Amino acid sequence: MISRRFFLQGAAIAGCSAAAHPFMSSVTLAAVPGEQRLVVIILRGAMDGLDIVQPYGDPLLAQLRPDFPVGPDKGATDLDGFFALHPAMVELMPLWKTGELGFAHAVSTPYRDKRSHFDGQDMLEAGTGMDVPLSMVRDGWLNRLLQQMPGARAETAYSVGDDELKVLSGTAPTLSWAPDASLILSSQGRTLLDMIYHDDPLFRQAASAAVQITDGGKTADDGMADPDSPEAMADPAMAQMPAGGMAAPGTPAPPKGAAGAAASLAEFAASRLRGETRIAAFSLNGWDTHRGQEAAIRGPATQLAAMVTTLKQQLGPVWDKTLVLGMTEFGRTARQNGTKGTDHGTGGAMLMAGGALKGRKVYGKWPGLADADLYAGRDLMPTADIRAYAGWALRGMYGVPVDVLEKSIFPGLDIGADPRFLA
Amino acid sequence: MQFSTLAPVRFGFGLSPRQAPPASPDEILAALRGPDLMAQRWPGLTTQEALQMRDEFLRLRKAEALNEPGATEAFKRQRQAMDASNLGGLQRALARAVEDPTGMRERLHAFWRNHFTVRAKRVPEMPLAIAHVEALRPEITGSFPALLRASTLHPMMLIYLDQVASFGPDSKRARKRPDLKLGLNENLARELMELHTLGVGGSYTQDDVRQLAELLTGLRVMDDQGTIFAPDFAEPGAETVLGRAYGGDPAKLADIEQVLTALALHPDTSRHIATKLAVHFVGPEPHKALTGAMAEAYLGAKGELMPVYEVLLTHPEAQLPTFPKVRQPFDYIATGYRAMGFDGAAVMAFNGVQIRRHAFRSLREMGQGWLSAPAPNGWPEEAEEWVSPQQLASRINWALKTPAGLQAKLPEPAEFARTALGPRLSELVAQAVPRSESRAEATALVLASAEMNRR
Repeated sequence: MISRRFFLQGAAIAGCSAAAHPFMSSVTLAAVPGEQRLVVIILRGAMDGLDIVQPYGDPLLAQLRPDFPVGPDKGATDLDGFFALHPAMVELMPLWKTGELGFAHAVSTPYRDKRSHFDGQDMLEAGTGMDVPLSMVRDGWLNRLLQQMPGARAETAYSVGDDELKVLSGTAPTLSWAPDASLILSSQGRTLLDMIYHDDPLFRQAASAAVQITDGGKTADDGMADPDSPEAMADPAMAQMPAGGMAAPGTPAPPKGAAGAAASLAEFAASRLRGETRIAAFSLNGWDTHRGQEAAIRGPATQLAAMVTTLKQQLGPVWDKTLVLGMTEFGRTARQNGTKGTDHGTGGAMLMAGGALKGRKVYGKWPGLADADLYAGRDLMPTADIRAYAGWALRGMYGVPVDVLEKSIFPGLDIGADPRFLA
Repeated sequence: MQFSTLAPVRFGFGLSPRQAPPASPDEILAALRGPDLMAQRWPGLTTQEALQMRDEFLRLRKAEALNEPGATEAFKRQRQAMDASNLGGLQRALARAVEDPTGMRERLHAFWRNHFTVRAKRVPEMPLAIAHVEALRPEITGSFPALLRASTLHPMMLIYLDQVASFGPDSKRARKRPDLKLGLNENLARELMELHTLGVGGSYTQDDVRQLAELLTGLRVMDDQGTIFAPDFAEPGAETVLGRAYGGDPAKLADIEQVLTALALHPDTSRHIATKLAVHFVGPEPHKALTGAMAEAYLGAKGELMPVYEVLLTHPEAQLPTFPKVRQPFDYIATGYRAMGFDGAAVMAFNGVQIRRHAFRSLREMGQGWLSAPAPNGWPEEAEEWVSPQQLASRINWALKTPAGLQAKLPEPAEFARTALGPRLSELVAQAVPRSESRAEATALVLASAEMNRR
């Protein structure tokens, strides 16, 4: 079940960043038949695709964003003569060169116009179209995939941290756990708990999972710090503030520590993917760069790069059978705003990585950046549905039929032609 | 179901052995119409005090950086004071919740501070986040337009949603310093319409967001005075929001106040607020008759909130004897304190270790860190969001440790079950309690029971 090593790692993550990274400390895992591995990283806050994968070959980009460093002259790394990779992700260049890194540009979900993070993320994770009211959207597309796959063993899914990702929530059973919350009741207490929750399914199931995971995961010498020890008494929120005293509780830690936490998360996911797990989903927030984007985007970009390189390192030979998709709810405005940031937009970019990828390519039809080419005169025009890429990935890796993809997993999707991005 | 059974669950913080529950809606309404006794007894941090704390923090940090004598110690003390004020804000909120005879004012305060979510992203802002919550308080039994104004124009909201960095692209200031390329930031304008007023389904467009962002320029936060309006930073000319023109030259704060009032009194806002209140207090799918009546009361009274609360407290669709919701962690902890017989003074007397261990840290483990909702849409309402296995384990562990940790003087467990759950004590809990192997576990079963967690 849960290894001691993970508990220790998990405790370290929780200690330094549970409050600071309410989304980043969670990962959800599931087992399905076969050898193919899929890792979905939800990039929360709307990643600016035009900054991460810069179309510097279009001179309009520098005009739209006069204060942003654009292109190889300003530190980015050229990819193909037209696009360049953001400087904070330079450590991924070796993967690009070997075809294990690629992107899809000008993609989006069908979500349009209101540009609300929360609705946009729900739609991304639910994988449904605008024809399905958001209030009706209850489970996520990965969960619907599990329900379609005979032999899916979703009971091997775990999540750590506070956030439950919608992509794997739904009726297929999943367990989730935070390393700092093992039950401390006696066995008689647990029996009685079972009794008093008998008539309330929500509490009954949660308590039963808590007991099960506590019994399976916690051992006498598991090395967890006693939460009441004097060390633990120091208020973690204050104890974690950097010496400069700038960050308040709930604030992303400085990039170095955060990249370390991101790497730990990816390392844990990889340790599971080396075992029975075939699908992992977790998220990385911090992309909502309304202000001072040059500095603000560096943190999440560094963390995303750290996640990908850690996955490659830790997955070893199974990296060849792995596809990583980094998906965001929507893109950001083509023009910089008045605070050297960008506001909510429409078309964006998706990151793809892994040995299962035919990379070294920016996929997609480039719409251009002229006023008339922009969506509503302000955003990158989406030329493809991001769900079509996810759909072709599921088709290629797990053999899911197109009609199941279009009807059940992504209801309403017109999957279109295969962009052929799998190796 | 008798109102005295329903009220402490739906509109309050559970039963206390020290207070009788409200017997009628009128009792709650009279308390809401009367003076804010809890704030009189335990006044909160003012915006002016918060600004001074921020100022002092920034001054001492600079002094420390310059190696001025004694600055290191003074800076450290100031940091501790900032932390104490944050913790103090939580302690005060819990004391008020525990002591408030009907509980409804404190439940409403929790609702509105979540509706207008802010979060300090930097240490110097921490007291301002507390002050923002306090600034909402006098308005929550008044009118929504006034409440919206208090929230929107508060320095913390302007900082949190980036308004302080938004400038009219053609403002005097921007034209004087073209090198700075000052311009708009849409963040506050969008959340004002999406979250605070019309709702995401509301009848606004991207153009309205843009125009509102232009109209909001000129709002600034000064070190000493707090929020001011600086015409030199404002976009010249009129802006059209939802089909109506505002402002013109010279730009004035009154233009912004006008658009806020118009947004507050929009029919979409009445539906959004009515539905959100009903979902929060009653259940995930409130009857249209209830939300319709609340929205109608809202519009009929021009955004006055008391008539809306009156419908919520008296409408038959709000009296249903089922409890589909789960108390959010703050609510759960306050309910637990009340059940254990603490009064507000006792909560205020908890020492720093106790309040950290049995409130501040517990809240985070249960998934609701104090004033740190991860995004401006605040905490979720769905029961499932609060009862994952780890969150429930945190509640059970809290139930096991807290009575001893706070040295609660509790009666025998069977008696505790009767006073804490009253008429809602179930057969199953009544049977389980005497079978526990220790008094602590018996008490914990009561505090962890579904009846204690549900509302």
